[in-house]
This record gives sequence, C-alpha cells and structure tokens, in this order.
Amino acid sequence: MKVRVIVTLKNGVLDPQGKAIQQTLNGMTFGNVSEVRQGKYFDIEINESDEIKAKLQVEEMCKKLLANLVIEDYKIL
Amino acid sequence: MKSSVIIFPGSNCDRDMDVALKKFGFKNQMVWHNDAKIPKSDLIVLPGGFSYGDYLRCGSIAGKSRIIKSVIDFANSGGLVLGICNGFQILTETGLLPGILQQNKYLNFICKNVFVKIKNKENKYFKKIKKEVLELHIAHNEGNYFCSNDELKSIEDNGQIAVTYCDHGGNEDEKNNPNGALKNIAGIFNKDKNILGMMPHPERMIDPFLSGEDGSLFFKNLIESL
Repeated sequence: MKVRVIVTLKNGVLDPQGKAIQQTLNGMTFGNVSEVRQGKYFDIEINESDEIKAKLQVEEMCKKLLANLVIEDYKIL
Repeated sequence: MKSSVIIFPGSNCDRDMDVALKKFGFKNQMVWHNDAKIPKSDLIVLPGGFSYGDYLRCGSIAGKSRIIKSVIDFANSGGLVLGICNGFQILTETGLLPGILQQNKYLNFICKNVFVKIKNKENKYFKKIKKEVLELHIAHNEGNYFCSNDELKSIEDNGQIAVTYCDHGGNEDEKNNPNGALKNIAGIFNKDKNILGMMPHPERMIDPFLSGEDGSLFFKNLIESL
C-alpha cells in the first residue's frame, strides 16, 4: 500500500525559503499573501496490507529519519 | 596518537583533514563509511563536505550509515569525536550533539574567513590555546544553529558552547553572525566535552602562506592534550 507523509517546519521555526517565496508572490500580483511555509512530502510504497501496521512502521520512519523533530513536524496521510 | 577520518560519498574535506592531522603528528588513517569497525584511534574526525549530496537533510543519511554505530560507541565510551562542517551536521543528526544546523538565514552559501571566540577551555580541544579569538574559514549553506529554548538553557548551563562568531576583538554581536545561528553559536560540545562539532574549518588554516595559522594552534593543542 501507499502511505503519504508530509513534513513541515514547526510553528515558530524560521523558514527563510518560505519567506522568500512569500515576498516574491507579494511582488507579483498576490499582495494579499501574508505567509508561506515550505515543506516536503514522501510517497512510500510499503509491502504491508494491514493499514494500521503500515502506518505504525511509517511513524517509526518519520521519527528516525524522515523528520528531524527538533524543527519539524510530520503528518501521515 | 592515532586518528581516523571517516569518508562518506560526497565528503570533500577529508584529505585536507588528513594533511592537517599528519602535519601536527597524528598517525592518521582513512576509514570508508561502509566499513563496520573503526581501527584503534584516539580521535575520530567526521570531515566537511556534502555527504550523500545533502539529500533529505544535511548529514541525515550519513547519520545512518554503517560506520556510525562504531562512532557512537566510541563517543559514548569517552573517545574524542570531532565533526567539522558537514561532520557537525552529522553529529546533530545522530543525536550525539543537540540541535540542528538549518539553512543560512539569508539563503546564501557563505565562503569566507571569520573570527570565533573560544567560550570554554576546560576540554581537550582548546585547553592550551592561549588566544581567545581565532581566525578560521567557513564554507556552508546550512550553518544556522538552532535548538529549543530548553536545550539552549541546558547547553549554556553545562558550558557546551565551544565557539561563537565574533569580530577580531571578540564582540559577539548580530553584525558578526554570518548565518543567523542562535547566540552566534559556531560550535558546541556534548555534556562530557569529548565530542565537538563546529562549522569553521581549522584544517584550512594551517599554512601561513596560503591562509593563516590559527588552525595550527587548534591541531597543536589537540595532539598535546591527548
């Protein structure tokens, strides 16, 4: 089955790329954009038919590798 | 004194480090990341570079490589582990050092000489260095040190800040903070001070004709302290 993970910076952690994107959007025709936070996602194909087991495994992956919990949060979809 | 420099795919300061260590008397050996064991060493160095192309997060993939278990065991038994630049990023990703190195505040790759202030000399890395401020070289895109407020308090309380960015007179202000690092932090220790991670490259400052000599002071002290 396929599991999607979204990793984003925690609230309050400086996101200079998001800031640069927001300023660029403001300079285009999107003056009403007040904040952009950039993140990343992973599509993980896992050979496991039990959804609960698969998601538990993906949770371990997030904690051990995919996200750095000092600055990032993860969401498993 | 024996040292080992670990080479990861994408390391590019490994040979400079080898030259520097040998110049000051270390018997250095190069160790491949996919080896299982590190030969007997008094010092392990994780060099600068772009291990695994900086994929995912800088240092994150190297932090799970085969050799790392031996590095962690060595560090936990009190052995000296030095991580420079990408090596520092790897040490934070393994959890041997707290915090993380984020992208530089102004999104630029910085390559220049900087001054750093030695904040703690009660350790083998800086013990006999007489100077308070060193001129070293930095070259990085992710050197913006960050940690939680609780971690910062614990780092400060335990004297774990090793070096901070400053001017030639030792003023650690925002003007002399090249990358936005919390409290101008350029390098930190673990609690026991046997592990040091820092962004500046002492191995690039060992020749008076090419660069400067403050890196020499670092390596001379290191071999004398061991």
